[in-house]
Amino acid sequence: MESESTNPNNDLRAIRDIMERSSRFLSLSGLAGIFAGLYALIGAFFAWFFIFDSDKERFGDFLRSTDVSITSGIGLYLSLDAILVLVAAILGAACFSRRKARLAGQPVWTTTTRRLIIHVAIPLLTGGIFILILALRNHLELVASVMLIFYGLSLVNAGKFTFSEIHYLGLTEIALGILAGVFVSQGLLLWTIGFGLMHLLYGSIMYYRYERQKKVE
Amino acid sequence: MKNPISNLQKVFESRIRLGIMSALMVNDTLDFNTLKGYLGLTDGNLASHLKALEQQEIIAVSKQFIGRKTSTSYKATGHGRELFRRHLAALEKLINQK
Repeated sequence: MESESTNPNNDLRAIRDIMERSSRFLSLSGLAGIFAGLYALIGAFFAWFFIFDSDKERFGDFLRSTDVSITSGIGLYLSLDAILVLVAAILGAACFSRRKARLAGQPVWTTTTRRLIIHVAIPLLTGGIFILILALRNHLELVASVMLIFYGLSLVNAGKFTFSEIHYLGLTEIALGILAGVFVSQGLLLWTIGFGLMHLLYGSIMYYRYERQKKVE
Repeated sequence: MKNPISNLQKVFESRIRLGIMSALMVNDTLDFNTLKGYLGLTDGNLASHLKALEQQEIIAVSKQFIGRKTSTSYKATGHGRELFRRHLAALEKLINQK
């Protein structure tokens, strides 16, 4: 039987390759995680040393305050700080993904990419709205916890469409979020661990596993 | 013993059609441009192979408007999935015989 494809081993390899490339978003770069972690650490550093003046009392008072406005004072600075970190992290993820896709000669904007974004966005936007509700109802002590939990849920969702490390990063964030709900006074610390250190850790793991060896070639 | 080659599907002898079907086995639907990117093909080449698969009812085609542009998306039919599974099983048998 003569045909274009005579070697069944090559056929099976081609099938596996295209199944993997088409069902998972493999352009996510570990560098995106590393930079998101750095932005979060800078944001947390700024919050602690400048907004709260490294004063535990001031942080505690803020968490207990009953008339917080997100349009003035500490509330405004913290919101701006958090939004800047979020925007920088998202832009970083988009840039590094485009770069990784280009290096691999793969398209970045595919059906899988859209699916990934939708599945990340649903829990993330829900969390964002819920945080606004918490802020308006003066439950600031729960904001760090809710951020970590909803972000963790969206990563667990994303894990179905990309590297399995994202699934475990999601579980880690959920665990930290629950801890932050129990130990509310440690909210900023746990937030810094979750969004800063864990991104650095998992980003480095992904970078060393999937990207470093390709550079050596 | 039955010859496993009899289960190899002629339609999947082409690497391109094999590739299209592999992608559609793990995705509910895929649009034309996404498929084109995965397989690294020209429009005409991909379209002719898609047409062949469509004619044999291995894939189903649906067109919808997104804004002003039409978007064509493809989906594996039940019949197509069954043929692909048989083809895979035959390939595996061939390898195990060696």
